[in-house]
Amino acid sequence: MGELAVDKHVQYILSVEKRKDSFESVVMDHLRMNGAYWGLTTLDLLGKLDTVDADEVISWIMKCQHESGGFSGNIGHDPHILYTVSAVQVLALFNKLDVLDIDKVATYITGLQNEDGSFSGDIWGEVDTRFSYIAICCLSILRCLDRINVEKAVNYILSCKNLDGGFGCTPGGESHAGQIFCCVGALAITGSLHHVDKDLLGWWLCERQVKSGGLNGRPEKLPDVCYSWWVLTSLIMIDRVHWIDKEKLVKFILNCQDVENGGISDRPDDAVDVFHTYFGVAGLSLLEYPGLKAIDPAYALPVDVINRIFFSR
Amino acid sequence: MHGRPRKAPKPEDEAASAAKAQKLRALQTQFFSYHHNKIYTKEAVELSAKLLEINPESYTAWNYRKLAVEHYLSQPKSNSNSAKSILDDELRVVESALRQNFKSYGAWHHRKWVLSKGLSSIDHELILLDKFQKADSRNFHAWNYRRFVAELMNRSKQDELKYTEDMIYTNFSNYSAWHNRSVLLSTLLEKKAEGFLSKESVLPEEFEFIHQAIFTDPDDQSGWFYHLWLLDQTVKADSSLLVSSWPAHGSDVLVLGDRCNNGSAFSPFTTLQSNSGSFPIVLYFNQSVEGVSSSTVTVESGFNNSEDLVWKPLSLSNSQTAQVWVAHLKFPTSELHSSVKVSVGHSKGIISASGSQNSYPSIFSFKVHVQPIERDSSQGSVSESILWRGENFKVYGTQSEESIPIFSFDQLSMRNDHEPMASNWCAEALAKEIECFRELLSLMDCKIGKLTLARSLMVYDAMSFSCANKLVHSEEVLELYSDLMKLDPSHYSYYKDERSLVLLQQVTSSRESLMKHCFQYKDSVSSTICKPICLRLNHLSLSRMGAFEKLLWVQILDLSHNELQSIEGLEAMQLLSCLSLRNNKLRSFTALDPLRKLKLLRVLDISYNQIGEHSIDTTRYLCSSPLSHSVGSEWNNDETVISDVALINHWEAFFIFKELNLKQLDIVGNAIADEKFNSILVKVMPTLKQLDGELLD
Ligand SMILES: [Zn+2]
Repeated sequence: MGELAVDKHVQYILSVEKRKDSFESVVMDHLRMNGAYWGLTTLDLLGKLDTVDADEVISWIMKCQHESGGFSGNIGHDPHILYTVSAVQVLALFNKLDVLDIDKVATYITGLQNEDGSFSGDIWGEVDTRFSYIAICCLSILRCLDRINVEKAVNYILSCKNLDGGFGCTPGGESHAGQIFCCVGALAITGSLHHVDKDLLGWWLCERQVKSGGLNGRPEKLPDVCYSWWVLTSLIMIDRVHWIDKEKLVKFILNCQDVENGGISDRPDDAVDVFHTYFGVAGLSLLEYPGLKAIDPAYALPVDVINRIFFSR
Repeated sequence: MHGRPRKAPKPEDEAASAAKAQKLRALQTQFFSYHHNKIYTKEAVELSAKLLEINPESYTAWNYRKLAVEHYLSQPKSNSNSAKSILDDELRVVESALRQNFKSYGAWHHRKWVLSKGLSSIDHELILLDKFQKADSRNFHAWNYRRFVAELMNRSKQDELKYTEDMIYTNFSNYSAWHNRSVLLSTLLEKKAEGFLSKESVLPEEFEFIHQAIFTDPDDQSGWFYHLWLLDQTVKADSSLLVSSWPAHGSDVLVLGDRCNNGSAFSPFTTLQSNSGSFPIVLYFNQSVEGVSSSTVTVESGFNNSEDLVWKPLSLSNSQTAQVWVAHLKFPTSELHSSVKVSVGHSKGIISASGSQNSYPSIFSFKVHVQPIERDSSQGSVSESILWRGENFKVYGTQSEESIPIFSFDQLSMRNDHEPMASNWCAEALAKEIECFRELLSLMDCKIGKLTLARSLMVYDAMSFSCANKLVHSEEVLELYSDLMKLDPSHYSYYKDERSLVLLQQVTSSRESLMKHCFQYKDSVSSTICKPICLRLNHLSLSRMGAFEKLLWVQILDLSHNELQSIEGLEAMQLLSCLSLRNNKLRSFTALDPLRKLKLLRVLDISYNQIGEHSIDTTRYLCSSPLSHSVGSEWNNDETVISDVALINHWEAFFIFKELNLKQLDIVGNAIADEKFNSILVKVMPTLKQLDGELLD
């Protein structure tokens, strides 16, 4: 097993932006805002955020904002809460939240809360606990969580709790590690983790570790580097992360690196992408891999960024 | 990207990809021009379909199609027939997009959006779903959509339950189907639908069904969680019940305005020193409850007005739900002997976690003796300090046949008007499971067999505890967990934590075993002072603390030399005044959050832990702080005790210690504890008299 190929990964992330003529990159055009968040957060965790021109990024982000206050995944696309949170997170990363008209963004997000406390992703009404998390995370970073009905939002999330202790996207939906991260994260940010059965959920989550050391997202599924993030953050937030074998997981993630060209893939020897590169590096950060900045499990931003936002007077 | 092999692209592939990319980009450019100019001609709408066929994830194209549909439906010439055909077109586009990408959120949502218009036939949906679910029986989009369609067409829950059965018989390894079954079954039970009137009539068959799955392949996880849920359904009480209290039923409590002199006739187990003019009453329930108040709990004491009592939930956040509640009973300054009767749950209002309004009523009573203050001013506060040295602790010998009513099992009369435990059916079902899993283990060595057996035996023991008065199987369970630690080393710590809880249940299960851990403190300085009993649970390699319901009486607790990284639940021990956590594995100050609820705590030893060694804090969100919106913004206006930099770096210490009234603290042997940090601590805790054995001025 090798070590983390820091320089290769930095090169890989910087190069992705330039490779705009492949079919894959056009297919992903609509979620460039997420891509920016994944890539830039990875660079920050690796201590290399200063290799990017912040002003250029910020001016592009602001071009993605719409009259409604929401952000789109790229210039010309429609606004959606999925990209609004990424825009806010990247601005927080650069300590540039002050370029935002905070009231406008908050108004957009607040407007997406439904009568039952749930959140739609945009004006077209798709409801999912992912959007609950995003709304809560985003408003909290903007220091205006009181703009929504938090109690109703929490109750909706609790209505998606399953008998295995996990959470689904809507009431009755099957537990899934990604969804659990969203729900546990939202409950963490709203000080509501007492609603989680930590032992029951912790057992379900720790059983996501398979023989290879990797984590899957649901029972009897294949392991995947991205679940390192969803499962680890959830286990950390409920203080049960010691229930898995961390060393084996570190090995699994490192084995998914492309040590020649940089980047991390879902499983060993698969094609790399920015998404899995971020989740791999963030996973290693959660596992206290040496040399990486610590990341906050609820806000999905480096701890120093979050502490700066919440503890500056 | 998932599941795409890593390989260097060949030049011809790259060229092909570039050509495809160029085509797609041209399509996109054209599409955006239509979209931004609100053009909904036939040609424009068809182009968006082409785009979605290649890239179903292009969410703006789905939005555009919805706008186009709404545009047509709002035309004056539109009628229901043409509307239907427009919507049918949409369903076709979705179907071909799903063939391209079965997991496209946008495509599934578009289909729901179309059907919600109520103009399309839904008959076709289940057939389509059947096809998709056969191809991928675990696709959660399809299962979600299935629930949506079933609801829309008012399909009976029984029919859907039958569907899960068919899916499971096709393949036991289908977690999604088991999950949906648990959802349907709990709804049917809740509604008391026909054939689902009681758990008793439904669960035995379910147990047999799941046994088939587990016996077929014990290592397949699909049935594990369903089985645990069935077990839980079998034994769980919906209604809340008081399981223990402090003071305990039948106890004689001596409350002293100041510390006592030697020769007191009262037991060191139940003597409490209080200079606040009040003492706590603690209620410990079998589950989290809300609604404990002076109207649901009556306290008759003859010296205090019950209505004045304020019950507070001992929960870590600001929630109004907790398993443990406390109120402080004020007593007069003169000498007093009085009995106190506490009635819980005789009027409605205590609500259990499951929402049940029923609470088993219970009554307990105790005697309280208040002795006026005999202040001896020559004994400064230093005499309250404790030296956690072995030689200062003497095994507590019961000189007299003194009764020590400290255990919850001595409170049987609490349940005099009800016997909620173990109905015959539950006990039988549980015994059957135990037998069944013993059989499985006789066939093969498997972890789910051992784990289920261990869990079942513990529940069984707890159920029959009030009759047997001991834990019959605890040795066997301890052994099962030790086996599991070897059998499944990846989850070593899970089993170790479970084992610690069993060990603590064992230690506290009888008077004999508990007495071995009861000590009396006596050091050379404070020899004339009698201290309360010290419970020493040191050197037990505990990784987790538990059995709190049996330990509410403890005032001095030694947990040193264990492997604790958390003290979750310790907030229940309201009487605690001295606590040693020396030589454990505490990783951060936020792990000490439970101590904030211990208003009598004065002496704390957290030396030789791992505070400051770790970059990731696993209790960051289990601690009240601005990060979780569980403290108000008032801290911001606090007088600036420490600098901004110190606050950003050490907010955990600030938020925890500013609420403790410590006099003595030991913190040496943690990575964080240096001179600079200690100077911050002293500023945050003006009450502190002694730090790492050194007197402060
Ligand atoms: Zn993945």
